[in-house]
Amino acid sequence: MILVLVETEDGSATEISLETLALARALSQEGGGIAIRALLVGALDDPGARDGLAAELGAHGVAEVHQALGEAFDTYAGAAWAAAVQQARAATGSVVVTAAGSPRGNEVLAHLSARLDVAMAANVVSFVGLAPFVVTRQVVGGAALEEMRLDQRPAVFTVAGHSWIAAESGGAPATWHEFTPEVAPADLVARVVATGQKEVDHSDSLKSARVVVGAGRGAGGPDGFAAVAELAELLGGSLGVSRVVTSLGWRPHHEQVGQTGSRISPELYIPCGISGAIQHWAGCASSKTILAVNTDPDAPMMTKATYAVVGDMHEVVPALVEELRRRRS
Amino acid sequence: MTDILVCVKRVPDSSGQVLLTDDAQGVDGRFVGFTVSNHENSAVELAIRIADATDGSVTLVSVGPAEAVEQLRGSLALGCQAAVLVEADPTRLGPADVAHEIAEVVRAHAAAGTTYDLVLLGNDAADSGDFQVPIRLSYLLGRPIVTGASLVEVADGNLVAHTDGPYGAETYSLPLPAVVSVLEGGAEPRYPSLKGRMAAKKIQIEMRSPTREPVGAHRVRLSLPPAQPSSVEVIGEGPEAAPAMADLLVRLGVSR
Repeated sequence: MILVLVETEDGSATEISLETLALARALSQEGGGIAIRALLVGALDDPGARDGLAAELGAHGVAEVHQALGEAFDTYAGAAWAAAVQQARAATGSVVVTAAGSPRGNEVLAHLSARLDVAMAANVVSFVGLAPFVVTRQVVGGAALEEMRLDQRPAVFTVAGHSWIAAESGGAPATWHEFTPEVAPADLVARVVATGQKEVDHSDSLKSARVVVGAGRGAGGPDGFAAVAELAELLGGSLGVSRVVTSLGWRPHHEQVGQTGSRISPELYIPCGISGAIQHWAGCASSKTILAVNTDPDAPMMTKATYAVVGDMHEVVPALVEELRRRRS
Repeated sequence: MTDILVCVKRVPDSSGQVLLTDDAQGVDGRFVGFTVSNHENSAVELAIRIADATDGSVTLVSVGPAEAVEQLRGSLALGCQAAVLVEADPTRLGPADVAHEIAEVVRAHAAAGTTYDLVLLGNDAADSGDFQVPIRLSYLLGRPIVTGASLVEVADGNLVAHTDGPYGAETYSLPLPAVVSVLEGGAEPRYPSLKGRMAAKKIQIEMRSPTREPVGAHRVRLSLPPAQPSSVEVIGEGPEAAPAMADLLVRLGVSR
């Protein structure tokens, strides 16, 4: 059995959980049809979403859904979720336990691997073979790959975002099983006591934009985005940024393009001052045309782009804005 | 008074080109230099703030090669009081080994009279990216853990940690002692002062050896993603390229 921890949002599995199921299905086929079980933790926000979710997970290759219920899951606690995974694993006899390489997925499976004293591979992108079971995972922020042996059982790993494409396989709706795991008081000491307002997802316009103008560390600071934002507006497009920009708090997270942000596929992507680390490339690789602006002609983004301009974004972008304005007036 | 232990790792600077060692077991940082990852710099910053606010102290620990003394001195200069280096070959260590050695330091110092109410680590190492050392350490110490905290505060023996959850901001509140892994972004790391640098030079770093044979990282080998042949067309240099860029935008049908 392969047990997949599935995260949900608004009554559906998250995209990265469906991508994880795509890898699980490939693993299942390689192993001659190993059954896939999904684990959900906690009550659904809308109990009416259950049938739809059973159909969705079934279509993505899940035969059985196990839902962990109980007061322990009213608010999030990583150790309590791990207790649920641990008990579901034992009940299903799973030899593989996997989850999305999301903050929750990495956290819960790290708890599980510590509890079971087995190894865990984070951010797996593929597997090399089953005997021995060797996976390939991203290290150094995706700039390098590591082949890692998972000899212990269960084999525990998380799946890097955007490394697989979620696709339906046409399975029947999954059967639904509820259970109430035992959760020790110690597993509930570190639990969420308050949540902020759910942020409105502003990333829709970015994901569907025909033109995206990107900016990275080269912007230099929170004040370095005026010209790229203006260019995006002139082209009727959206502004997208690299992870370092959101990590430093220069721009909001919903503008991030990359493995931990949005995946974009515009007609034209104009990355400015973005070196093009794998993390970022994972989110923009399906752009039809890329016009990169960077001071370093050897930056990965410059060599992978369709067109390139060597120069400082703080000089090139305002000059382009001025040129476009001049032509339009 | 909160005595805090912060774990920092010497990692190759991966902002530039990444090269591998000849045996493909590690990243070769000889040409790009070494640093401490951003998550850990934020952890050091948070620790100093908490220690200042509670009249406590900050001790650093690193598990790594002798050269990691450089990273320890760099962080000491920010205002930490002590540092420990468990000298070991990092390519032979897995996350379970690192957690074990840090737990041993916590226990040894507790036996000698210093109890760390709070242990801070980075959320994940910039090189190996295992996402496990903080959690494995929490189990070894029998303490609760919060992961991915961007802000951490301590008041009256209670810890409050703020994280960015999948559905918005999340707050944890729990009694000390605890373990917290930190994500960069919440606390801008300070720069070292000249006085801090001078003081750091005088601090005697406690040297320790690993207490057991490592179980290792189960690594077969590292590789670099295959280089794609470049077919890029350079259309200009500097602001003078603007007309050529504007022409291209028209040709691609995204501008008039």
